[in-house]
Amino acid sequence: MLKSRIFPVLAVVAAIVAIWYVAAVFMNAPVQRDMDKRAGVTSTTWQLVEKTMSQAKPTLPAPHQIAVNFFENTFQRKLTSNRSLVYNGWVTLSSTLAGFAFGTVLGIAIAVGIVHVKSLERSLMPWIIASQTVPILAIAPMVIVVLGAINITGLVPKALISTYLSFFPVTVGMVKGLRSPEAMHLDLMQTYNASLGQTFWKLRVPASVPYLFTSMKVAIAASLVGAIVGELPTGAVAGIGAKLLAGSYYSQTVDMWAALVMGSVLAALLVFSVDIVSRVVNRMMGGRPA
Amino acid sequence: MNTVIQADKLNLTFQTNDGPVHALSDIDLAIEKGEFVSLIGPSGCGKTTLLRVIADLEKPTGGTITVNGMTPEEARLKRAYGYVFQAAALFPWRTIADNIALPLEVMGLSGDERRKRISDNLELVDLAGFGKKYPWQLSGGMQQRASIARALAVQPDMLLMDEPFGALDEIVRDHLNEQLLKLWAATQKTVVFVTHSIPEAVFLSTRIVVMSPRPGRVHDVIDCDLGSERPLDIRETPEFLKIAHRVREGLRAGHAYDE
Repeated sequence: MLKSRIFPVLAVVAAIVAIWYVAAVFMNAPVQRDMDKRAGVTSTTWQLVEKTMSQAKPTLPAPHQIAVNFFENTFQRKLTSNRSLVYNGWVTLSSTLAGFAFGTVLGIAIAVGIVHVKSLERSLMPWIIASQTVPILAIAPMVIVVLGAINITGLVPKALISTYLSFFPVTVGMVKGLRSPEAMHLDLMQTYNASLGQTFWKLRVPASVPYLFTSMKVAIAASLVGAIVGELPTGAVAGIGAKLLAGSYYSQTVDMWAALVMGSVLAALLVFSVDIVSRVVNRMMGGRPA
Repeated sequence: MNTVIQADKLNLTFQTNDGPVHALSDIDLAIEKGEFVSLIGPSGCGKTTLLRVIADLEKPTGGTITVNGMTPEEARLKRAYGYVFQAAALFPWRTIADNIALPLEVMGLSGDERRKRISDNLELVDLAGFGKKYPWQLSGGMQQRASIARALAVQPDMLLMDEPFGALDEIVRDHLNEQLLKLWAATQKTVVFVTHSIPEAVFLSTRIVVMSPRPGRVHDVIDCDLGSERPLDIRETPEFLKIAHRVREGLRAGHAYDE
């Protein structure tokens, strides 16, 4: 069972890696020929291929170069080192989590308001939707600069950008979730003469839990994007975003790709953790094992 | 005998986009304590609407109705009835015991009292030992029994049942009809029972209210006294068939000026 599920995935990975190597050779070859010419060296085709995979600043690094760089910077650096991907990953992760937590709370609060107060839906919803159409790349530097001017720097501004991106899916999901109880269940609570609060806690909240987790999966990925984008204009101090920016300044393509891999690993871990919590909660709430 | 439900010239008109719909038209009905009254009729005759008016889930637009001598709203606030819906309507995230506890929590009963009522009522509907199961682990018939236990846990004077066995297959339905009859005999509660099954109505009821559609009104009220002992075989006796025949005639006549 497990074998039949892993094999197709591995096949695709193998295909991607193969295509990648071919592409690396072709993209790095012109530069390599230039370098050879200037050094006055003539390489055989095979030597040329070998050299395209070991450049210091390749146009497209070969997978093994990224893997080596990722491994060194993750496992062989001191955690305090500026080059450590664990350190930089942690910087990004901490603002992602702070922003995600705040965004989830804010998203739920707005949803509760919208579900209970009709006028809030009409007055808030257009603004909430409009807020998400504004390009985050335009907002992020302004948030950082404005907050920096009043001496708020570091984690908070980045977390705010994560919040800005993550509250939206939670609000939309929770509005839907809190409204998901069937008419029959609502009638039932009415026959018990249940108060608004009792209906909320005993019916609306439990009914909304699956919706909450679905939107939290989207929100945590969006938070990570927010944190990375928030790091771009901070003058490249630390974090995955800072590594990406510094890498592009100095053409450290291998560093950039390694940082990118770290970002992807973080995203996968975050979404995976939310999924695990969601499964545990689902089991605790009597869900049928999938 | 004292009257628990008294409706006089009861009217309910829904305003829809296609104009007003007369769901209930001049309904006069009195139900005595301890009766088992079935409301039967084709869909659209207002039988469910009438039940919902009694339960204060709909407001009438004309006429008067009293439940236990009060308005339906006062009766609802005093939790005078337990309502059983077409579907079991159990909360999927609660165990059977916790589902039965739901109205008791709303009422603010103590933990001890809740536990006692849960076990008593599980026993009553023959579900003892299933308290820790989740709804999806039970069959449809068992789920509906659990929902009846939940309605009874409130200890109401009255059970309002809206086609509770409509979604179940015939064999399960027969079984639950028998159980319901025993339950009714044991608890002496007033039952108002909506159905579209003639045998079910005749088998269960002490009185059958035949309703007809457009506008929803009472076509006939049939006394149905088959005695307190009613095995399922009773459905083949002449007395049973005679009443069933009259109900069928009533339903057909109510349909007569349908195009």
